[in-house]
Amino acid sequence: MVKMILTGNESAAWGARLSRPKVVAAYPITPQTSIIETIAEFIANGEMDARYIRVESEHSAMAACIAAQNTGVRTFTATSAHGLTLMHELLIWASGARLPIVMSVVNRAMAPPWSVWTDQMDSMAQRDTGWLQIYVENNQEVLDSIIMSYKIGEKHHILLPTMVMEDAFILSHTAEAVDVPDQKLVDDFIGDYDPPFKLEPGNPEGYGSLIMPEDPYMEYRYMIAQAMDDARNEIRKTVEEFAETFGREYAPLVEEYKTEDADAIMVVLGTIGSTAKDVIDSMREKGKKIGLARVRYFRPFPYEEIRALAKKADMLGIVDRSYTFGYGANLYTESKAALYGHSQVPVKNYVMGLGGRDIKPELLVKVFEDMLKIARGGQVDKEIEWVGLQGDERWSI
Amino acid sequence: MPIILPEDPTPIARVPSTENKTGGWRTFRPVINYEKCIRCYICWKFCPEPAIFFAPPDKYPAPKEALAKFDTIEINYDYCKGCGICANECPTKAIDMVLEELEED
Repeated sequence: MVKMILTGNESAAWGARLSRPKVVAAYPITPQTSIIETIAEFIANGEMDARYIRVESEHSAMAACIAAQNTGVRTFTATSAHGLTLMHELLIWASGARLPIVMSVVNRAMAPPWSVWTDQMDSMAQRDTGWLQIYVENNQEVLDSIIMSYKIGEKHHILLPTMVMEDAFILSHTAEAVDVPDQKLVDDFIGDYDPPFKLEPGNPEGYGSLIMPEDPYMEYRYMIAQAMDDARNEIRKTVEEFAETFGREYAPLVEEYKTEDADAIMVVLGTIGSTAKDVIDSMREKGKKIGLARVRYFRPFPYEEIRALAKKADMLGIVDRSYTFGYGANLYTESKAALYGHSQVPVKNYVMGLGGRDIKPELLVKVFEDMLKIARGGQVDKEIEWVGLQGDERWSI
Repeated sequence: MPIILPEDPTPIARVPSTENKTGGWRTFRPVINYEKCIRCYICWKFCPEPAIFFAPPDKYPAPKEALAKFDTIEINYDYCKGCGICANECPTKAIDMVLEELEED
């Protein structure tokens, strides 16, 4: 193990390098570009034994990964925002073809207006593509999650691809100390890629061909749904094995912070979690009983963990750094769906930080105060509240 | 009754694609004019099916004596979908695309 000072993107490149993909097909897009630049350098220096395929778009990048992975090798790619949404069609193909591809996604806002800063709408819009989705909080988690994603996805009862999300710039371009594990440990941990089916010369097979309504199309979809459900236990098992091998512990689907005696719990994705933990520490010194649940895996959705949270607190505040035009944001609507019929605890959606707008500790203090008011028996005044709009005095700091 | 699931996790067709005779999709049929064919094999290279195959040198007439020792080519109409790429690429315009006749009942 070596400690290095790495940005989130360099951590992603190291995570890929240690997992030994044989093909990396990618197209540059800010703020992801330094991931594939770093990988290109690794390959050029002979430090990584992989074929780097330059393609003309992200749609082609995913198509190349699918084709390569179908020949029985690991693949890796990375993208952001418009690149990710351009891939949409092929994302569904990758999961339908049961190929455990791993992809780094640097969460970036969608245009217009153009913005390169963090916002999770890009990956939330890929919620239904059949990919596992993990949202991370720091650079170490970026690297470790890529390694674990290969291990989880390649299990024969899972066979699903994973996207590993990191917040633009807050992680992607910010350096911190990261433990880079020994190659030998990673090799032993994830093992060789052993696909149950692969294209081979001399053994002609066709994958994904036309089937009729009376053929098992529905059954194939049911098998993906089952695999996604089974992934929950595989994630729980894998984080334990990871801790045994590498000595770093991760909560499986949801990381909780000071939730045991909390009156109100904030539920978040990504780097908001770090800011919230600091705010919780300082507010607890003043006697405010608040806690945090950082959802790591959004797919499969941790519905049991969300229900357990509602049993611990008198109120859940769901923070989304994205929005679904028409009704609420994704973490909120899914959490509420999980809770319906299981809990009477009030729930409120706080939408904030869109387009990379800074989520300052002072803003989270205000949100926690609002949550505590509801927890003490106040009404949920607004089901879905946009926090930090210009001129809105309620949230001015 | 238990739910019956497929054995493979993804649809896998284990028959060679040559079993699927796609010639019936054709609207225009490529016809080689062997008097113009210089045996350059550009059509063979471009055919996406592939439906163009090599044939022994003496199977069809060569336009020049010097070409008679090289393999000639022929089209397998079981697979040719009639895309016309061969005709488009042919440097001597030796391939004509001819409208298929409707089969009489």
